[in-house]
Amino acid sequence: MSSSSAPGAGDPVPIDDGDRPSRPRPVRFISPAVLNLHRVYEQDQQRIQNKDGVKVPDPTVAQVKGKPRLLIMGQKGSGKSSISSVVFHKLPAAETLFMESTARIQKDSLNSFMEFQVWDFPGQIDIFNNPSYSFDLDAIFGEVGALIWVIDALDDYSESISRLNMTVVHLQRSYPHITIEVLVHKVDSLTEDYRGEIVREVELRTLDELGDLGVENAPISFHLTSIYNHSIFEAFSKVIQKLIPRLGQLEAMLTSLCRTCRFEKAYLFDVNTKIYIASDSTPEDTTSYVICSDYVDVIIDLTEVYGSWPRSQQWRDRLEGEPFNQTLEEQVGCEWAESVMVLADSKRPIMLREVDRFLALVAIMKEGSYDKMAQINMNVDVVVKGLTDFFEITRAGEKSRTGQEMVGQLPQN
Amino acid sequence: MSDFDAGTGATAGGSAALAAAQAQLKKIKKQKVLLMGKSGSGKSSMRSIIFSNYVAKDTRRLGATIDIDLSHVKFLGNLTLNLWDCGGQEAFMENYLSQQRSHVFSNVGVLIYVFDIKSGEWERDLGTYVNIISALVQYSREAQVFILIHKMDLVARNHREADYEAAVAAVRRKTAEACAIVRRLRNDSGAATKLSSSSSQQPPGGSSSGAGDLDLDVDVQFFATSIWDQSLYKAWASIIHDLVPNLPIIETQLASLGQAVDADEILLFERTSFLVVSKWTSQEGDSNPYGDRFERMSNILKAWKHTCSSFTGTPRNAEQFSDFEYRMGTSFSMFVTKFTTNTFILVCLPPGEARFNSAKLNVAAARPWFKYLDGPVVPPGSSQGPGVPAGSGYGGGGGGGAGEMGMGPPEN
Repeated sequence: MSSSSAPGAGDPVPIDDGDRPSRPRPVRFISPAVLNLHRVYEQDQQRIQNKDGVKVPDPTVAQVKGKPRLLIMGQKGSGKSSISSVVFHKLPAAETLFMESTARIQKDSLNSFMEFQVWDFPGQIDIFNNPSYSFDLDAIFGEVGALIWVIDALDDYSESISRLNMTVVHLQRSYPHITIEVLVHKVDSLTEDYRGEIVREVELRTLDELGDLGVENAPISFHLTSIYNHSIFEAFSKVIQKLIPRLGQLEAMLTSLCRTCRFEKAYLFDVNTKIYIASDSTPEDTTSYVICSDYVDVIIDLTEVYGSWPRSQQWRDRLEGEPFNQTLEEQVGCEWAESVMVLADSKRPIMLREVDRFLALVAIMKEGSYDKMAQINMNVDVVVKGLTDFFEITRAGEKSRTGQEMVGQLPQN
Repeated sequence: MSDFDAGTGATAGGSAALAAAQAQLKKIKKQKVLLMGKSGSGKSSMRSIIFSNYVAKDTRRLGATIDIDLSHVKFLGNLTLNLWDCGGQEAFMENYLSQQRSHVFSNVGVLIYVFDIKSGEWERDLGTYVNIISALVQYSREAQVFILIHKMDLVARNHREADYEAAVAAVRRKTAEACAIVRRLRNDSGAATKLSSSSSQQPPGGSSSGAGDLDLDVDVQFFATSIWDQSLYKAWASIIHDLVPNLPIIETQLASLGQAVDADEILLFERTSFLVVSKWTSQEGDSNPYGDRFERMSNILKAWKHTCSSFTGTPRNAEQFSDFEYRMGTSFSMFVTKFTTNTFILVCLPPGEARFNSAKLNVAAARPWFKYLDGPVVPPGSSQGPGVPAGSGYGGGGGGGAGEMGMGPPEN
C-alpha cells in the first residue's frame, strides 16, 4: 500500500546502519567514541538552529526533546476526529456517527511507551492561507512528526488532493522532516477491487500534480483505512513506526527471537491503542495482525473481570501459608501478564507477554511449540529484558547498549 | 439400546433412582423450543449468534424467516433442542393460531417470546402475545415461558431501566389476561377436560390459581437483551440452564473440583454455543464486583472463536482453540481448556505457578467424573449423586418423549 516513501525520521541514524536484521545478535555494540561524536554533532545542529532562528531540518536524527507529533488534516467531514477518537480514545466505531464537527485545533497528548501529541485540525481552516489569523507554522511543524491527510474515498476528492499538494509544497520547502501519510478513508463499503483502484488513482493524481508543482520524491505514503475494521490501526502502526528512533534495533530483536524460538510472526503492541510499534522482518500480514490484536483485547477483558478488584487479606494469608509458606510474589514465575492460547487448527500456539505498563509482545508460533513453552519463555524473558532496556535508553536519550545472548537455541525438528 | 445397557450395568444401589433418571433423560432428550415474536424483532438473529457462531454484524445478512424454520441443535451431546424459529409476519402468526394450532403448540418444552422494545405498535404486539399464550396454555400448559425484551441497545442508556420495567409490567398483565381467558373457556366447556398428564412437578414458582383444580398460571421469566452485548448470553444461559440433564450432579461435582484445586471460580461452557452450563464460585470469588461476568466470558470467548476462524480459515462452527493459559502476575491465573467432548472449562485460580500447574493436572484428572455430560450415561452409585435428577419440572414433553426413544446415543 505504501509507496515512494523517502527516508523519514524513523530510519536509523547513520551510526546504526550496519545493524541488519540478519545479524544473529539483537543489538550492536557501539563504541563510546562514536557516541561522543554523535552527541557533538547533535549539539552543533541545535546551536545553528538557535542562532538563525530557523529550523535546520535533519530528517535522520530524531529530536531528543519535544514529543513526536501527529497532525491530522483533511477536508471537513472526512473523518479526522472519528479516527483520533477510535484510535486514541477507544471509542466504539459505531458511536462516531454522533460526533460534532471540530471547530478548533484539538490537541491531545498520548502517554504511552513514547509520549505523542495528536493534533486534530478542523477541515475548514487553511493554515497556510488564513485571512483572519496567521498560524505559527514553526509551532505546528517544528517538532518531528507526521502529517496525516485524510481523504474521504466516497466523496469527490479532487479538492482535497489539491489542498494536500499545497500543504506538501509548503512542507517540502520549510519542514522536509515531516513525513506525509495519506489515508484513503471510509473504504469499508467498497469492494476489494474498487479499493485498489481508488488508492491507485489518488496516488497517481497526487504525484502528478506534485510533479507539475516541481516537487519530486516527497515522502508520501498511502493507506486504505476504515474505522470499522483493523485497517486504521494498521495504518497508524506504520505511521508511528516511522517516528520511533532506532526502530531497526527493535525489529532486529524481534526477528532474532522469531528465529530462535521458531515463531511465525511477532508483534510489539501498544496495549492501549492496539498499534504495533514493531514486528519482525517477515512480510506484513493483516490476518496475523488481526488475531494478535484481538488476543490483546481478550487479555484486557479477562484482566478487567478477574484482576481489577482487590482480594481480601484472609485470602492472601491463606495462600501464603501451608503448604507453600511463601509470599505470593515468590510463588509466581513472572510479575507481568503471560498467556498462551493453542489454536485447534494445526495446534499453533499464540503467546502474549507484557513488557511494561504499555507494551506487550504477541507472537504466533509454529505447530507443536507448546511442548517447548518453558524454553521459549526463557528466551522471551531475555528479549523482554532487552526491550525494557531499549526503552529506558531511548527515553533517556542516552547511549546504546550491548545485547544479550539467547538461552540456547531450540533444536530444529 | 445403549441407554438400557448403561442402566443395567450400574450398581444396584439406586436402581429405582436410575430408572427415574432414565425416564427423565428420554423425556428431555428432545426438547421442543418455540421461538416467537413479531416479524423483525430479532429471533433469527439471536438464534444465529447463539447456535451458529455469527457475530452481531453478520446478522444484517439474514432475511425474513418464512413460515417455520426447524433446526435441531445438539446441545451437550445427549440433548437435542428442537428449535422452531417461527416467522413472525402476521399471516404466519394467524396460521399458527388456526390451522397449525395443535401442530405448533403441542408438546412445547419452552416458549421464547421476543418483543422489540422499539416496536411502533406495542398494543398490537401484546394482542398477538395474548393469543399465543392462550394457545400455549391450551396445548402445553407446563411449558416454560421466557420473554426477551429485545433491541435494548436502541434505547438511550438512561431510559433503559424505566422502559424495560414498563414493558415487563405490560407483558405480565397480558399474561394474566391470557390465562384468565383460557380458564374461562375451560370452565365453560366443562372442567372435565383435565389433561391426562399426572405430573405433579409443577414448578414451585407458579402460584396456584384461585380455582385450585387447574393450575393455569404461567411462570414467566423476563430478560432485557441486545445482540450487541453480553445480555443475550445471560438470557440464553438461563433458558438452557434448566434443560441440562443431571444438573444437580454436575453442580456437586464442580464444587468438589473447585475445592480440590483451590479455585476461585469455575465455569463450564457448552462447546459450540459457549453458553454457561454450570458454575461454581468460591467465597472469595463471590466478592467479584462484576455480576455479569458469566455472560461476559461467553461473549469474549465467542468473539475470540470468531477471530480464530477467520485467521485459520476453518468453519466457524469448528473447534477453534484447545488450551488457553493466562497468568496475571500476583493478581490471578486462569485457564480455559477443552474438558469433555462437549464442554470447555474455565478455571480461575489464585496466583502461583505450583497451584496453577497442579490445578491443570487435577482438572485433566477430573474428566472421568463428568463423562456422563457427553452421553446418556447415568452416574454410577449414590455416593456421587445424592440428588439424582429429581423432577425439575418438565412434564411438557409428556407423550412425545416416548416417540424419540429410538434415538441412539449421540455420535461424537
